[in-house]
Amino acid sequence: MTEPLLAGRDLHKSFGPTEALRGADVAVRAGEVLAVMGPSGSGKSTLLHCLAGIVRPDSGSIRYQGRDLVEMSDGERSALRRTDFGFVFQFGQLVPELTCLENVALPLRLGGAKRKPAEARARQWLERLEVGDLGDRRPGDVSGGQGQRVAVARALVSDPKVVFADEPTGALDSLNGEKVMRLLTDAARGAGAAVVLVTHEPRVAAHSDREIVVRDGRVKDLELAA
Amino acid sequence: MSVSRTLLALLEPGPRHGYDLKRAYDEQFAHGKQLAYGQVYSTLSRLLRNGLVEEAGVEHGAGPDRKRYTITDAGVTDVETWLRTAENPEPYLQNTLYTKVVLALLSGRSAHDVLDTQRSAHLAVMRDLTRRKADGDLADQLICDHALFHLEADLRWLELTAARLDALAEVVRS
Repeated sequence: MTEPLLAGRDLHKSFGPTEALRGADVAVRAGEVLAVMGPSGSGKSTLLHCLAGIVRPDSGSIRYQGRDLVEMSDGERSALRRTDFGFVFQFGQLVPELTCLENVALPLRLGGAKRKPAEARARQWLERLEVGDLGDRRPGDVSGGQGQRVAVARALVSDPKVVFADEPTGALDSLNGEKVMRLLTDAARGAGAAVVLVTHEPRVAAHSDREIVVRDGRVKDLELAA
Repeated sequence: MSVSRTLLALLEPGPRHGYDLKRAYDEQFAHGKQLAYGQVYSTLSRLLRNGLVEEAGVEHGAGPDRKRYTITDAGVTDVETWLRTAENPEPYLQNTLYTKVVLALLSGRSAHDVLDTQRSAHLAVMRDLTRRKADGDLADQLICDHALFHLEADLRWLELTAARLDALAEVVRS
């Protein structure tokens, strides 16, 4: 098996008395769409947050391109999230005061890009996600499905190596959810980005290349077990 | 699905010969599993015997002569009745997967493994259907969605069972 792009080993994380992760192992290969499944409260979102450098595990290692996220400072992890990772969540990740175009351009602007080139690139991504006409609107003025497409554009605008998507279609109806999943996976595959997709919905997981199951804070990876 | 009634209904718009009927069936309903000629002709003979179709002359062409068939009034009534009758919702009470889960628990094997293996197999089929939908037309999408929703129902049951395995173990071992 080729070296994984991102690998968590023996991850433990507790919130007070609750053990969310109890020795979780996971490997993400470059360019693959990996579905992370499991019942509510199994630890799958915590696993995603650890892999993405949002939450620091209590113990274990997270290797990404030869570095261990656990050893990095908050500032280093924050920079890595901006340059190498993209994020799509279920709700509310768009800044309501900015237009959709400004929202998509935001990661580039935070990375130091000038306004014009950042917005030109953001416009291309909005068009690719089939919401090119929404650039001037604010998130409050677009539908849920349109908002998620804007969020996908924002997640991909900075050419991330990994997109983390936590229940990205959880608030959408079947048709809109399907559309968002197809656009997300097509765009990520086209850009060569891996996707770590947390979902409890089998029809959403069916857009992945393979799945792992999180149960009681541990991971079952049938491919590794085979 | 009743192939016989489907072929009968395809004769309603007008007479057709066997080859034409097979082509019409395959176009709408085959989805990768085309009808065998033998089945078309044996079905037509049965429909003929039961008075639901009748012969409507012979078509002379470059190849062999081909018999045309037309639907009878009794055939139209049969199609109408079939379309109006609800399909039996299948209760799925004799479920092999449930049996395997119980046997795993009784024998001290991992029931989680049984469920995980099944989840993986279901998802593999769902991935194929999802890819097929992406490349297909509306008919393909609807056919695949029907299959996807059924597979999803199985998976929902599977997750619910996974969450209740400890309780089920107590029940079956008591």
